[in-house]
Amino acid sequence: MNKREDLPFAQSPEHTRMPALTLDQLKIGESARVSIVGGTTDVRRRLMEMGIIPGTVIRVVRFAPLGDPMDVEVRGYHLSLRKQEAHEVALTRD
Amino acid sequence: MSAGASGRPTARGQHVHTVAVAGNPNCGKTTLFNALTGLRLKVGNYPGVTVEKREGRLKGHEHITLLDLPGTYSLSAQSPDEEVARGVLLGHFSGIAQPDAVLVVVDANNLERNLYLASQVIELDLPVVIACNMMDQVTEAGHRLDTGKLSSRLGVPVIPTVAHRGEGIEALRAAIISACEPSSGRPAARAWRLPEAIEREVRSIAEVIEAEGYAKGAAAEGASILLLNEGQDSERNHFSPRIRDAITGSLSRLSDGDAIDPSLEITSARYAWLGDIVDACLERSRRQATTITDRLDRIVTHRVAGVAIFVGMMCVMFLGMFTLAEPFMGWIEKGVEAIQGLVESGLPAGALRSLLLDGAIAGVGNVIVFFPQICILVLFIALLEDTGYMARAAFLMDRLMSRVGLHGRSFIPLLSSHACAIPGIMATRTIENKRDRLVTILVAPLMSCSARLPVYIVLIAACLPASAWVKTVTIASMYTLGAVMALTMAVIFKKTILAGPTPAFIMELPPYRMPRPLPVLREVWDRSRLFLTRAGTVILAMTIVLWALMQFPHSSERKAYYERQRAALTETESPDLDEHLEKIRNAEDAEILHNSVAGRIGRFIEPALRPLGYDWKIGIGILSSIAAREVFVSTMGIVYSVGEADEASEPLREQMKQARWPDGSRVYTPLVAIGLMVFYVLACQCVSTLAVVRKETGTWRWPMFQFAYMTVLAYAGALVVYQVGTLIGFGA
Repeated sequence: MNKREDLPFAQSPEHTRMPALTLDQLKIGESARVSIVGGTTDVRRRLMEMGIIPGTVIRVVRFAPLGDPMDVEVRGYHLSLRKQEAHEVALTRD
Repeated sequence: MSAGASGRPTARGQHVHTVAVAGNPNCGKTTLFNALTGLRLKVGNYPGVTVEKREGRLKGHEHITLLDLPGTYSLSAQSPDEEVARGVLLGHFSGIAQPDAVLVVVDANNLERNLYLASQVIELDLPVVIACNMMDQVTEAGHRLDTGKLSSRLGVPVIPTVAHRGEGIEALRAAIISACEPSSGRPAARAWRLPEAIEREVRSIAEVIEAEGYAKGAAAEGASILLLNEGQDSERNHFSPRIRDAITGSLSRLSDGDAIDPSLEITSARYAWLGDIVDACLERSRRQATTITDRLDRIVTHRVAGVAIFVGMMCVMFLGMFTLAEPFMGWIEKGVEAIQGLVESGLPAGALRSLLLDGAIAGVGNVIVFFPQICILVLFIALLEDTGYMARAAFLMDRLMSRVGLHGRSFIPLLSSHACAIPGIMATRTIENKRDRLVTILVAPLMSCSARLPVYIVLIAACLPASAWVKTVTIASMYTLGAVMALTMAVIFKKTILAGPTPAFIMELPPYRMPRPLPVLREVWDRSRLFLTRAGTVILAMTIVLWALMQFPHSSERKAYYERQRAALTETESPDLDEHLEKIRNAEDAEILHNSVAGRIGRFIEPALRPLGYDWKIGIGILSSIAAREVFVSTMGIVYSVGEADEASEPLREQMKQARWPDGSRVYTPLVAIGLMVFYVLACQCVSTLAVVRKETGTWRWPMFQFAYMTVLAYAGALVVYQVGTLIGFGA
C-alpha cells in the first residue's frame, strides 16, 4: 500500500530521515525511478495522471534558458514542469 | 437522461445519432475530425461555460453528428475543458443529449498516456471506437503495433489511421456507423482491479450515483472511480450533496486505518494494466534514433539560439502585422470612404444622412478596419500552435511570467496586444487556468496598441520640441509604461481579487509537425467571423450611441442661422466660395458638438479635468475616444473647426498650439501633452476590446470592471504627472 504524503520527507517509521533525491536535483541526461509523488492535490494529481507514478522512469532532457522550467522525458513523451513542482517528485537511482 | 444507442428520432422518422470525439491534446484529433466531417462545421459554446463546442455531420451520413470535445488528458476534472468532456459523456449538460457512441483518438506514439483517457471513457459504458492515429510515425520509428491485439485486450474496435494522409478513414467511418447501431455491443467489464478496500468504496459511491440518477450500472462505477480519484476538490464538484457526502465518507474511511490514497492507487493500477497491454501489443524498435523534434529542440530551447529565434519570431509577427495588414486596412478605409461619399452625395444634408455617415457607416468601418490585423495575428498564432512552437514559447517565457504570477502561456497574448488587444485576448484561450486567463485578459489592453499611436503623434507634434530623438524616447517610454503597468496590475490582481493557488505549469511539449493549412485557415475564419458578428454588433451599437450623444440636441434656430450664412455667401459668387462654405460648415459642426449631450458632459466634468490640466475640449476628445482611441484626433479636428483631421494635419497642430485658457496661458503645454499621453496609455478606450472581453468571459461584469479600473488608473496617472510636474516647474 502507498501512503498519502505531502512531502518527500516521509513521516512514517519505514523511511529514515534521509534527504530524498528529488527531480529538480537531477542533472541533464540523468534518469531515475520515481519513489514518491508529493505536493498539493492539484499538482500531484496532474503529475500522476500524466504518468508520473511510483516506479516510472524519468530522464532530464534540459532546462529552459532562464533556468526554469525543465523538460523531462517520461513514458516516451516530453513533459515540462517548474523546478518547484519537480521538487515534489522523490526518486531513487537504480 | 440517456438516449441510448438507438439515437433520437427526427421529425422525418429518421434517427439522429451523436458521436462524441475525445482524445489527448496534440493527438491529431482535429485533423481526424475534419477528415470525417469535411469543412462544414458549427462552432459555438457549451451552455454556461466559455468552452468552445465544435460539431459536424459525418460525411456521407447526414444523420450522424460528430461532437468534438476539448482535448483532455483525463476525465478527472481539473480544468473547464475536462469538466465539459466528462459532463457531455455522462449526459449532464442541459440541452446536449448524452452521445450514442464515443470516438477516442489515440496517438499511437504515446500509447500509455493516451490509453489512460481511453480507458476512462470505456468505463463510462458507451459504445467506443478507438482511432489509433499517427501510425505512420510508428512505422517510421521502426516499431510494430498490433492493433488487432490491442482491440481484443481493450474490448473495443481499434482502427489504425494516419489522419493527415486520409488513411484508415473509410474503416473508421464504418466502425462509427456500426457503433451507432442499436445492436452494437457495450464495452466489456473493467479488467483491472483495485485493492479490495477501494473496490468497496467504489461500489458504495456507485450505488449513490445510481440512486441519484447520474449514471447506471457500469457507467456508475466508472464515474465513481473518476470522482474518487478527484478527492475532495469540491470547487469542481457539481454533483449532488448526497454524492459529495458519499465521497467524503469514503475518503475518510480510506485515510483512517491503513491510510490508503485512492488517487495514487487508482492511477497506479490503471497505468499498470495499460503498461501490460502496451507491452503485449507493441514491439519497440531496437534503434535509439534521435527524432527531428529532439534535434530541433536542441536549438529552439538553447540558451542563446533559442532566445534569438524567439525574438526573431516575435519581430516577424509584428512586422507581419504592420506591413501585411496595412495595405488591406488602406483598401478598407478607401472602401468605407467611397461608400460615405455615395451617401453624402445621394442624400440631403440632415439627421438621417449624418446618422448613416457618422454613425452607422463609421461604426461598421470601425469594426471592419480591425479585420486584417485580427486575421493576420490569429493566423500567426494558429501556426505557432499547430507546429508545436507555442509550447516552446511558453517554456522559454515561463520564468518571467511566473514572477508576476502568470503562466508561460500568457506571454504571447500579452505581446500580441502591443499590436492590437483583440487578437491578444482571443489568444488567451490556450491558458487553461480560469484565473490566469482572466488576469491576462484584464491587463492585456494596458499594452500600448497601435491605435494609440495617432494620439501620441499628434500630441508630440503639437506640444513637444520637434526632434526625432524626443519623439522616439517619448513613444518608447509610453510603451514601456504600458508594459510595466500591465505586469504590475497582474501581480496585484493575482494577490487580491483573483488570488488562488498557483496553478501547475505542467505542460506537454508535443512533437513538432508541419502545420496543416486547412485547420489553420479554418481557425482564422472561425475567429474572425465570430469577431465580426458578436463584437461587431456591440461596436456598431455603441458607435451609434456615441454619435447621437455628439450630435443632439439640435437647435433649429442655429441651423437657420447657418443656412442664412450659406445663402448669403452663395449670392456673392465669390471665387473662394468652396473654402468659405467649408469654414461655415466647420464652425457649424463645432457648435453642434459644443451644444450636444457629449459637449455638455465635457463642460460639466471640466472641473474634474482641471487638476489634470485639461479643458472641456480635451474632455470631449477623451469622451469621444471611448469608442476608439484614434477618434480623439478626428474629434479634436471638429472641436477646433479644422474639419477632417488626422494626426498629420497641420491646421490641427496650429490650432492646438494656439489654444489658450481664459487667462491667456497655453492649454497644450509639454506637461499637459505628456499627462494626456499617460492617460491614453492607461485608459480603456476601445469599445471593440470591451465587446471581445464580454464574449470571451461570457459576462458584462468583467469588461465593466476592466473599464472602471483602467479609468481610475488613467485619471490617477495623469493627475500625478500633471501635479508633480507643475510642482517641480516642468514644461509650463
